[in-house]
Parts: sequence; C-alpha cells; structure tokens
Amino acid sequence: MAKDIKQLKVSAIKNGTVIDHIPANNLFKVINILGLDKIDNQITFGTNLESKKLGFKAIVKISDKFFVDEEINRIALAAPEAKLNIIRRYQVEEKKEVIVPDEFTGIVKCVNPKCITNNDDVKQKFRVISKKEVSLKCHYCEKITDQAHMVFI
Amino acid sequence: MQNRSLISINDYSKEEILRVLDLAGEFEQNPSQDILRNQVIATLFFEPSTRTRLSFESAVNRLGGKIIGFSDSSSSSSTKGESLKDTIKTVSNYSDLIVMRHPIEGSARYASEIGMVPIVNAGDGANQHPTQTLLDLYSIRKTQGTLENLNIFIVGDLKYGRTVHSLLMAMARFNATFYFISPKELRIPAEYKMFLDQRNLKYYEQIDFRDIVGEADIIYMTRVQKERFSDPIEYEKTKNAYVLKNSMLEGTRDNLKILHPLPRVNEISTDVDDNEKAYYFTQALNGVYTRQAIISLILGLKN
Repeated sequence: MAKDIKQLKVSAIKNGTVIDHIPANNLFKVINILGLDKIDNQITFGTNLESKKLGFKAIVKISDKFFVDEEINRIALAAPEAKLNIIRRYQVEEKKEVIVPDEFTGIVKCVNPKCITNNDDVKQKFRVISKKEVSLKCHYCEKITDQAHMVFI
Repeated sequence: MQNRSLISINDYSKEEILRVLDLAGEFEQNPSQDILRNQVIATLFFEPSTRTRLSFESAVNRLGGKIIGFSDSSSSSSTKGESLKDTIKTVSNYSDLIVMRHPIEGSARYASEIGMVPIVNAGDGANQHPTQTLLDLYSIRKTQGTLENLNIFIVGDLKYGRTVHSLLMAMARFNATFYFISPKELRIPAEYKMFLDQRNLKYYEQIDFRDIVGEADIIYMTRVQKERFSDPIEYEKTKNAYVLKNSMLEGTRDNLKILHPLPRVNEISTDVDDNEKAYYFTQALNGVYTRQAIISLILGLKN
C-alpha cells in the first residue's frame, strides 16, 4: 500500500523508460547527459524524494522513449546506481542497471587545464581505468581525472 | 611501426622499442645513408626547442631528406589565428612525416587523428617526449649491455619532469629497480608509484643519495627549478643536495654512467664532465641515431 502512494508522486507512463535511483543533486546532470531538454517526448520527473539508499533521490519518466545501452551508460558517472524500468502498456517489461563504460567521449572535463580539450575545439575522450571509484585517463593528455575532480560539462 | 604515429612511449611494445634500438645501433655504425631522398619531413615547433629540432634535422639530413617547417610559432600562421587542425591538415599536404613540438598537452595525439601523414611527437607540454625516452634507452643499453635488471637513480624534479615519467614507464618493462631522489616538494607522483606497485617493481624514495650512490648503474639527473618551489627558503636549503659533483662519484660502480636530458644548468658540476662516467654529451649524439631509426621505420624505409 505504501509503495502505491510513493509511486503516485510521479504519474505512471504507458510506454517508455523510467530512470530511478538518481542522486537528487545529479538530476539535472542526467537530464543534460541524455539530452532530455532537447526532445519532444513527454517527461515527468520528481526530485528530493526520500530514498533509503541515497538519502534523496530523483526519478525521471520519459514517454515513448527507449534507450540503447551505450546511450544510457553515459549517465553512469552521474548516477552509478540508477535503475531503469522499460514500460510497455503500464507494465514493467524489463529492468536494467547502468554499467560504467570502458571509454566515452564528452560528459566531463579533463582535469588538466593544459589539455588540448580545454584549449581547443576538441571533444573530451577518456578511458575508464577504475570503475569502482571511477577514475578516467584522458586519451589526449594522459592525465587522470578522479571522481573528486569530475566536472560535468 | 610503418605509417604509425609515435605520440607516447606506450604506443610501442617492448619488441618495437628493441627494434628501434637495434636499428639506431646500425645507424651509429653507418650514419649517412641516402634512403630518405625525395622525401620531405616537416618540423613544426610551436614552441622553441633548439636542441630537439637540430637533432631531428641532423637525423633527416644524414638520411638525405629535405626539411620544411618553423622553429617557433611566431614564424607560423598560428599567430594569425590559424587552428592547429588547419595547420596540420595543410602541412600534411606538403610532407611525408610531421615532427611536432607544441606546448599544449595532448596536441600531438590530436594531430595524429586529423593529419594524413604520421606524426612524431617531439614534446607536447609536460606530457610526452617519446624520442627522448628512446634515446635514453639506447644510451642505457649501449653503456650497460642490457636494459634488464638495472638500478636506475633518478635525481631532481620527479614531480614535473616529463622525461622522468616516460623513462620510468619504459624501464618498468625491463624489471628495473628505481631510486627516486628528490626534495619533498618534487617527489614522484603517487600514480607512478601505483604503476610500479601493480607490476611488483622495487623502488626507493630518498631525499639524499650520497650514502647509496654505490648501488647505481645509471644516474639520471634532471634540473631542479627554483620556480617549482612554493617556499624559496626550502629551495635554498635543498638545492645543493641535487648537484652532482665529481667527488661524489668515488666508490661508485665501474659501469655507472651519468645521463641528463640537457640542457644542464648547474645540477651537474662541470668537474664531472671529464669523468669517464659522464655520458650526457654522447647521449645527445645518440639522439640523432635514434631519430634516424624512428623516421626510417615509420616511413617503411627499414623494417
């Protein structure tokens, strides 16, 4: 019963994707990374919802939108514990977790101010050298950006 | 290696490194070979580095090649606001290989992704300078007869020293034991110690090396720059510990050789120059053979 009340805080969708367990303070980063501010789909979100796991969490529901894994894994840096529910006809058809990718482009800035990606029109590119406490090696300047110094673009 | 850019020492496998060194040895025996005739090498130095540029140009000339380029960015169109991308794309049309020095880190890797010809990184800021590392390895192997199981002392600025970091990465493949001698403020960064730990390689950190210098097979000196210190008093107190004097070489191993990437300022006292263990000027000469080898392999003139 309690569960039902909680879910009503953000209305259900018929078809689409629900991204749950986003840390509340990273909600807008996730929106940004997925480009949700640039699409026409109906989107509802709730934030600062109580969560046993995260303290405060956010949830996003995107109607009629289904992500491929590479797309969704890009949020791993901002929401490593995010859970996805794929909804079809109001039913959860599939559950997914995000996986930190081995490599990615964009999303965060290289920590090195002398790196070409901070000085020229060159897109950031990283290899993930540690997934637990995420740590990134710049493809260009080879410097390491750790979790504490990550600045999202 | 043919047609592949050389941006970082990690771009080459152990076998490829040894191939470069073997070929450099052949060029030492026979330095003037006319194999680069009809080829044009561009040397694009967006910041000046006279020594490195002359070494590359000497290598190209001894191979009979032609050189185009500039020696600092004030004589290039980058002062007119041309982007690195446009410069590289344009010069790719004029040359068979580009040697590039640039103050921005990662610029060489980027150039290798947009250029149509191979790039040789001659230094990208504090990041990489792989031909320096290869000539260091050539000098070590030539004087020691091997690269395996050596005691390598690295002295001076271990925090910012680009040559130090690349040498460490390369020598780690040959089971070296490292002795890092530096003032506290310029200690080797933790990420390099982690790198050695992961490979189970031994290393020691010391602030002074007078007591242990008898263990050294190679002493690699670097410059301790005053401007790296946050506290000038600390600099005054420590600077003399990082000047190598001839008297300190008493009782050292017969096979010991002293290396330095040059330019030297005062970190090796001039009374060391006549000691047969001083190797830094020959090391610079080895740079020409090593660069001859690298260019020939990339252009497929040797294999």
